[in-house]
Formats: sequence, C-alpha cells, structure tokens
Amino acid sequence: MLRFFGPFIAPIVGLGFVLALTVAFFMPREAAQVTAQHEFHREPMELHLASDGPFGRFDRQQLQRGFQVYKEVCSACHSLSLVAFHDLEQIGFTKAEVKAIANQWATEQPSINPDTGEPATRKNLASDKFPSPYANETAARAANNNALPPDLSLITKSREGHAAYVHSLLIGYQDQPAELLKKFPDAKTPPSLHYNPYFANLNIAMPPPLAADGQVTYADGTNATRDQMAQDVAAFLTWTAEPKLENRHRAGIAVVLFLLVTTILAYLAYRNIWADKKH
Amino acid sequence: MSFPWAEHYAPKHPFMRWMDEKLPLPRLVYNAVGAGYPVPRNLNYFWNFGVLAGAALGIQILTGIILAMHYAANAGVAFDSVEHIMRDVNSGWLLRYAHANGASFFFIVVYLHIFRGLFYGSYKAPREMVWLLGVVIFLLMMATAFMGYVLPWGQMSFWGAQVITGFFSAIPVVGEPIRVWLLGGFAPDNAALNRFFSLHYLLPFVIAAVIVLHIWALHIPGSNNPTGVEVKGPQDTVPFHPYYTAKDGFGLGVFLLCFSLLLFFAPNALGHPDNYIPANPLSTPAHIVPEWYFWPFYAILRAFTVNFLWVPAKLWGVVAMFAAIALLFFLPWIDRSPVRSANYRPMYKWFFWVLVADVILLGFIGKSPAEEPYVRIGQFAAAYYFAHFLIILPIISRIERPLALPNSITESVLHGEAEEAAPLGQQA
Repeated sequence: MLRFFGPFIAPIVGLGFVLALTVAFFMPREAAQVTAQHEFHREPMELHLASDGPFGRFDRQQLQRGFQVYKEVCSACHSLSLVAFHDLEQIGFTKAEVKAIANQWATEQPSINPDTGEPATRKNLASDKFPSPYANETAARAANNNALPPDLSLITKSREGHAAYVHSLLIGYQDQPAELLKKFPDAKTPPSLHYNPYFANLNIAMPPPLAADGQVTYADGTNATRDQMAQDVAAFLTWTAEPKLENRHRAGIAVVLFLLVTTILAYLAYRNIWADKKH
Repeated sequence: MSFPWAEHYAPKHPFMRWMDEKLPLPRLVYNAVGAGYPVPRNLNYFWNFGVLAGAALGIQILTGIILAMHYAANAGVAFDSVEHIMRDVNSGWLLRYAHANGASFFFIVVYLHIFRGLFYGSYKAPREMVWLLGVVIFLLMMATAFMGYVLPWGQMSFWGAQVITGFFSAIPVVGEPIRVWLLGGFAPDNAALNRFFSLHYLLPFVIAAVIVLHIWALHIPGSNNPTGVEVKGPQDTVPFHPYYTAKDGFGLGVFLLCFSLLLFFAPNALGHPDNYIPANPLSTPAHIVPEWYFWPFYAILRAFTVNFLWVPAKLWGVVAMFAAIALLFFLPWIDRSPVRSANYRPMYKWFFWVLVADVILLGFIGKSPAEEPYVRIGQFAAAYYFAHFLIILPIISRIERPLALPNSITESVLHGEAEEAAPLGQQA
C-alpha cells in the first residue's frame, strides 16, 4: 500500500486540491468595494510619550494632568473599572490626596443600606475601584443615544494605534469633507453621530469631548490646549492599561544584560570544547 | 540503542554506584543526553532547535502552572482574572507575557525544527517514526495553543473559538450536533471555556510524553546530519556531552535573548488588540484572525471559495486545512529519493526554498482580510502548497540526479565539502 502512495495516490489527492483551487481561482468575483472608510480613514498622528522605548519611564506630572482630564471630562461617561483610587499613589499622589479624591468623587460607590438592605450608595474609599458613571449598560445606552461608552482601563491596548489613536481621536473631529460627500453621497454622517477620520468607520457617537482650549485648569500651570489635554489623557490611559510598564522595562534591561554576558560565556565555552574537533 | 562505540556509564562515587543498582536513572540520562550518546560531529546550528523546543515547552509549563493558580476559568470573571494577574499578582505581568510570547517562540523554534527536517531529509528511513511522532507533537501543540488563546476570554478568544469549532459543522449531517456537543452549548460559553482550560492544562503533559517517545525513537538510528550520510564509525561522532551540550547552551542563550527582547520590550507585538476587549457574543470583530502561527493554515481554509465536485466550499476548506498537516504523515513515503540532504539534491533544493516562500506568502494572506487581491493570491499559494508535497515531490524524487555523496561524515569534514560542514553563515 505504502509502495503505491508516493507514485500514485499522493498525486491524485494533490490534483483534487489543485483542481478545486484552480476552479476557485478563475471564478469571477466582484471587485473589492471601495468605501468611504477605505479612502478617508486616517492612521493616527505620531505621538511621543516618555514611556516609549526600552528605557521609557512615565512622566508623572503628565499622568497627573491626564488624570485631571479624565476626572473632569471623560469620567462623566466612561468607567475605569480596573483601576483603584489608591493606584493613583503610583503616579505621584499622596495617600491624603488619594483619600480626598475618592471621597469627593462625583459618582458614589454602589452599596446597600445596612439597616434595610435596600440598594444604596456610599462615598468612595481609597481601596475602591473607580465607580462607573452609570448603574448598568442599559442606563449607559439610554443616556447616550443607544451607544455604549467603553471602559477606558485598557483602551490604549485594545485599539490599533494605541496611545496615538486616543490622542488623534480626541482632537480629530472635523466637518465631513465635501469631497467625501461628492464621492459617496450615501455616506453622510447621521445627525446623532460625529465625523472623525481616526475612528474606524468615520462616524463616532461620542460628541467632541475636548471642545476648547482651557477646558480644564491644570494645577501645575501647564497651558491646557486641546492638543495638550489629548496628549496628557493618552499618557494617563497608557498607564491605566499597563501600570507595570516601568517594572517591565527595568527588569528587561537587567535580564538582557545578564543574558548577554551568559551567552558570550556560553559561546566561549562552546569554542573551547570544540577547539580540537574539526566540524 | 546507539552505536557500539558509545561510552559506557561507569559511576565512580559509591553513592552513584548504589543508585545505579537500585534505579539507573543517571544511566538513562547519561545514555540519552550525556557522553553515552554519540552524535555526528558535523551538525550545524539548525540542530539546536530540538533542544530549544524542549526549553520552550519547559517555559510554558512552568509559567502556565503558576498562572493557573491565579486564573479563573469562568466566563463571568476570566477576563478580569487575567487583568488581576497583570496588575495585582507579584510579577504576574511577567508570567503572563512570558506565557503568551512563549507560545509564539515555541512555534518559531518548532517551525525551524520542521523545516530543518524537510531540508535535510530527516523524515526518511530509518527515522520515519521520529518524524511521525513529531507531526503528532505539532498537532497537539496547535490544539493546546488554540485552547490557550481562548482562556483570556477577550473578543478574539471568543470569536476564534466560534470559528474553529465551526469547522466541525462542515461535516455533513452530524456536523452541527458534534459542534454543539464539543462546545457544551450552541455557542462558546462557560462550558466550553471550562473544558478548554482543563484540556489546555492536560495536553502539555501529553506533549511531554510524546517528546519522550520522539527522543527514544531518535536514539535508535541516531541523529541525522547535514550530509545525510549515515555514521560509519567512531571518527564520525562526538559524545553528546560535552560537545553538543556546550553548543546547545550557546543556542539557548541566543534563544533566551531574542525571547527577552520581545517579552520585555514589545510584549503585545504578536497579539491582537481586540483581545483586550472582553468577549462579547453580540459584537463581531471587523476581522477575525487567529494567532500568527496559524495564519498559513487559515489562508488554506479560506482559499476554498467554490463548491466543487458536489462538495461544499466550507467542507473543502476544512478538509484541506487538516490535509495540509496530515500529508506530513505520509511524507516519508511520498519522497522516495534515497538521498536525504537537499545539499546533494539540485532540484529538491530549489523547490524547498520555493515552499518556504510559499508558506510565508500563505501566512501573509492568512493575516490579510478576505478580499481581493488577497483571496486569489491565497488560492494560488494554497494550490502550490499541495502541489509541492503531493505532485512535485513524487516527480522529482524520480527524475532528479543527485550529486555525488561524500563517503563519510569525516571525509566531508576534513576534505573540502566545506559547505555542509561549516556552521550557518560561513557557507560558501
């Protein structure tokens, strides 16, 4: 049986697959449809953060500014469910500051009334995760024209383009280009949506969150231009998505240096052992 | 087992002698990867990848066991438990990134190991069983990797599981009931996640067991070598230890360096951003793509777009995808050329490199969206893949005129023949 396999059976089986694919290959098909997304979607603008590169460290001042933008702008609609208030100590807030931030947070933490067991809310503690601005998904959709504002904890890791995408999206709002409407008359942005070339399908439900320069007043005196605010919040969300980035970079450099030395020694040992053998 | 001139284990220390009488485990190690295993002296760096694959499995098992202590296989909390590992577990980020990127590196070294076998004809007699067991390991690895990718329960986990288990519904009549039975539901959910976790924990140990058989089967004829000429005498071999333990030590260092660069400085480079979005059965990602190591096979699956010979396109795709791997089982009997090493096979050598290019092209197509021109290129590349193994190989093994082989390994090492004897990079 195996004797016949090579010369006979294998080529017959092979011909079957090749024929099926040849037929498929020559089957006429519709040309790829050119859509408005194809032509008008833009890659994010370049963004350089202190955390980039193998030696990158977070710029804590910037993270604190970014947190301020999240607190005063984003948190009205977006949750940050994987981050706890006391995590803010990692970006330079003191214990007392964190306690105050938690205590004064606009949305309270869901709880129960200890006497009646009825649903209730209580003030946030430093150990709490950031509360969601909405009680549940239905409430979130009801308040946002049926769109669901995504949780922001991992947003820079869950989008193509990462922090640069967040930065570009926030300041990328514009009027729909006349050229687009001329070419794709059906692609007009619906009234409840907003045109943004950095968003995958060009029309995003979120209204422009950073409307004007000076929307927040930075505690450190930095001029709060729209671009600055977008950069700062992108940096902050890079931290929320990867809080251990600095540990990773530090450990990485140590490990690579160690392995470099070890590998060189291993190479020398190898050459030494083989010195008498031609191979 | 092994050659008559293999060094014999002779324990000197009284404790080791005592041990050898009661449980000759040191003797086993000595004969398997110690001085008791004579190996051709002319192996090049491509022979490092077997040991590296073993190291990769070790990394996966070690990191995986610790991850399992913190992970919760429940559809409600799986995603958050992974983030808990990333944020709250001591060095949890290191464990998880090492495990995720370790899977990629496992496949990188195994693919190089497989292609080394293809180039040097290591699948040919008398090593057919080594090759067959290797293909079994490869299949087990694919199953394990797929199920592991489902565990974080992100968008690609969920939709990947949906697509892969959907293969079974291509089977006529009983396909759909089988799919539902395998998943434990109509769509991937808690039942599926739980059994995937259970199997993902089990299969690596099965892989380890098959690796034992793989090495056992290898030690009967001994290792192949770059000339493909069998060992003729003691002058052709060196003891595994210290010669190849030293060389593998260096290889391991280079491997760990590359692994560390990715793990510490670009840990998400090979992943898909969508898997950081929690699984949502109501929202399909724009493009469902598997992990990179499945791209070539995914391209073959999607290349079959028309019903042909009364067989629906979907069934063709699924059968072809499995056939693309299953045909490797028959390779020792498809390629009948008595010459092993491609260095002495002028025609096969060219077709080998065309195959490498074809598989890389298939990988690129598997990653690309299912639209023109990618689909058509994929159809061509997939057809070539099958043609290479099932049509071209039987023909060239018949018509090819191999070059003159060296009389022995030693001759090739000592008299010219520098091309086969020199390590990679120094070849003429």
